[in-house]
Amino acid sequence: MRALVLIFRREFAAYFATPLAAVFLAVFVGVSTGMTFFVSNFFDRSQADLSSFFTWQPWLLLVLMPAVGMRLWAEERRLGTIELLMTLPVQPWKIVLSKWLAAFAFAGLALAFTMPLWITVNWLGSPDNGVILASYLGAWLMAGAFLAIASCISALTKNQVLAFIGAVIAGFIFVMAGFDLVLAAVRPWAPDVVVQVIASMSFIGHFQRITDGVFEASALVFFISLIGFALWLNVQILDARKAA
Amino acid sequence: MAVGQALVETRALIKSFGPVRAVDGISFTVGRGEVVGFLGPNGAGKSTTMKMIAGFLEPTSGSAFVAGFDSQRDPISARNHLGYLPEGAPAYPDMTVADFLAFVAGMRGLSPAQGQRRLAELVESIDLADVWNRRIEALSKGYKRRVGIAQALVHDPDVLVLDEPTDGLDPNQKHEMRALIRTLAPTKAIIVSTHILEEVEAICTRAIVIARGKMLADGTPADLLAHAPHRDETMPQLVKTTPLEDAFRHITLDQAGV
Ligand SMILES: Nc1ncnc2c1ncn2[C@@H]1O[C@H](COP(=O)(O)OP(=O)(O)O)[C@@H](O)[C@H]1O
Ligand SMILES: [Mg+2]
Repeated sequence: MRALVLIFRREFAAYFATPLAAVFLAVFVGVSTGMTFFVSNFFDRSQADLSSFFTWQPWLLLVLMPAVGMRLWAEERRLGTIELLMTLPVQPWKIVLSKWLAAFAFAGLALAFTMPLWITVNWLGSPDNGVILASYLGAWLMAGAFLAIASCISALTKNQVLAFIGAVIAGFIFVMAGFDLVLAAVRPWAPDVVVQVIASMSFIGHFQRITDGVFEASALVFFISLIGFALWLNVQILDARKAA
Repeated sequence: MAVGQALVETRALIKSFGPVRAVDGISFTVGRGEVVGFLGPNGAGKSTTMKMIAGFLEPTSGSAFVAGFDSQRDPISARNHLGYLPEGAPAYPDMTVADFLAFVAGMRGLSPAQGQRRLAELVESIDLADVWNRRIEALSKGYKRRVGIAQALVHDPDVLVLDEPTDGLDPNQKHEMRALIRTLAPTKAIIVSTHILEEVEAICTRAIVIARGKMLADGTPADLLAHAPHRDETMPQLVKTTPLEDAFRHITLDQAGV
């Protein structure tokens, strides 16, 4: 437990070691707000809710979470510190988990910085705050899933740029999975089960059910299991590289 | 040679990277009080062997033991007895020396109070006071190397594996590092890799010569000298070499079939 806390603290502090964290938070808040007001015509909709904010979150997180997660392992490998970290008397899964938790907390902080939007809609009207809260949690979990994927891919390389690109591509597949375009391409040749599995992997599908106010347990279970699986895979990748 | 209980043992260690056999059947034991110099040209397999002892790499076959614990099967116990300085003395550049060493102390299971006490000792013995609150990225090579040593000593381990601890240091710093290793020697088993021959004479009780993944010689520095070919004193020496250098060249070049 102590090791988890120590690594978490070190990793979380590492985000703030450079001005990059501030830049990232500014970009996240700026783009989120910009999309909400200008692309989605927040005012024209004259509806007091945050759906125009959450609509864009899958796309924004798809690009920004790999930027947060790309360093998790690639940088350790580049610096050589992975040799220190992986020869400390700690089980690898604890290191993987706490590194991810630090990134997850950072994503939570970024989302928290958009709270003024929430306050604004409450000032303009009376939104369903339960749905908004659920949507925030959903967005955070989705961010966590993107981060777990990024962490996994980061463990494959010492090049952060490659890790970023790989993580965006992998995330993109999960975002696109629910689109009819993709499903239509698969349906003619694949058995029904496969089509259903692909559709059920859709980040947007699960996230939309949360923002629509149908706070389904299945969406939660989906994101949490995906995170668990990706982190498990992350441990396996580290293990495999040891034997490489 | 007085050899205590074996604190490090390798048994027929082999490591292949694809078609390259970086380490090819290395077996030896190191007891308390010994300082073993791993001597060999670049690419000989010194670092790879050390990584397997530390448990960072898994051997293709064979095994390594630290204080009797298998580095792969019982990694946590093995690591508890091991201080490891990886090649290049890596450390987190964004942390201060104090934070970094406190982090390692915590990860090594020292309580905050124990950690503070231990770090206070290390600041003295490794002379880190001047840079204590400086970020590691701002340190000179010499200080960075010292931080690496401090990190390896935090839990006062029985075994030290130091990969090129004096690489890149200036002569004064080299001298200090060797003095430090000598003071640690009596209570520990130490393995130091180097490609500097004088280092072996300066600090090692024993030298293992390794080239192309194979052990070519294992003995005291004096034993090693016995390998030196006879000098033809009538021939002028174009490049001045020491007898130890001659021995090293003789052993490693012979094997390579040059
Ligand atoms: N991760 C790796 N992948 C492929 N080859 C490697 C790797 N690490 C080391 N090698 C190769 O193994 C050999 C031994 O390397 P190393 O143990 O670093 O030698 P030394 O430390 O004695 O200079 C070299 O030929 C090196 O190129
Ligand atoms: Mg080396």
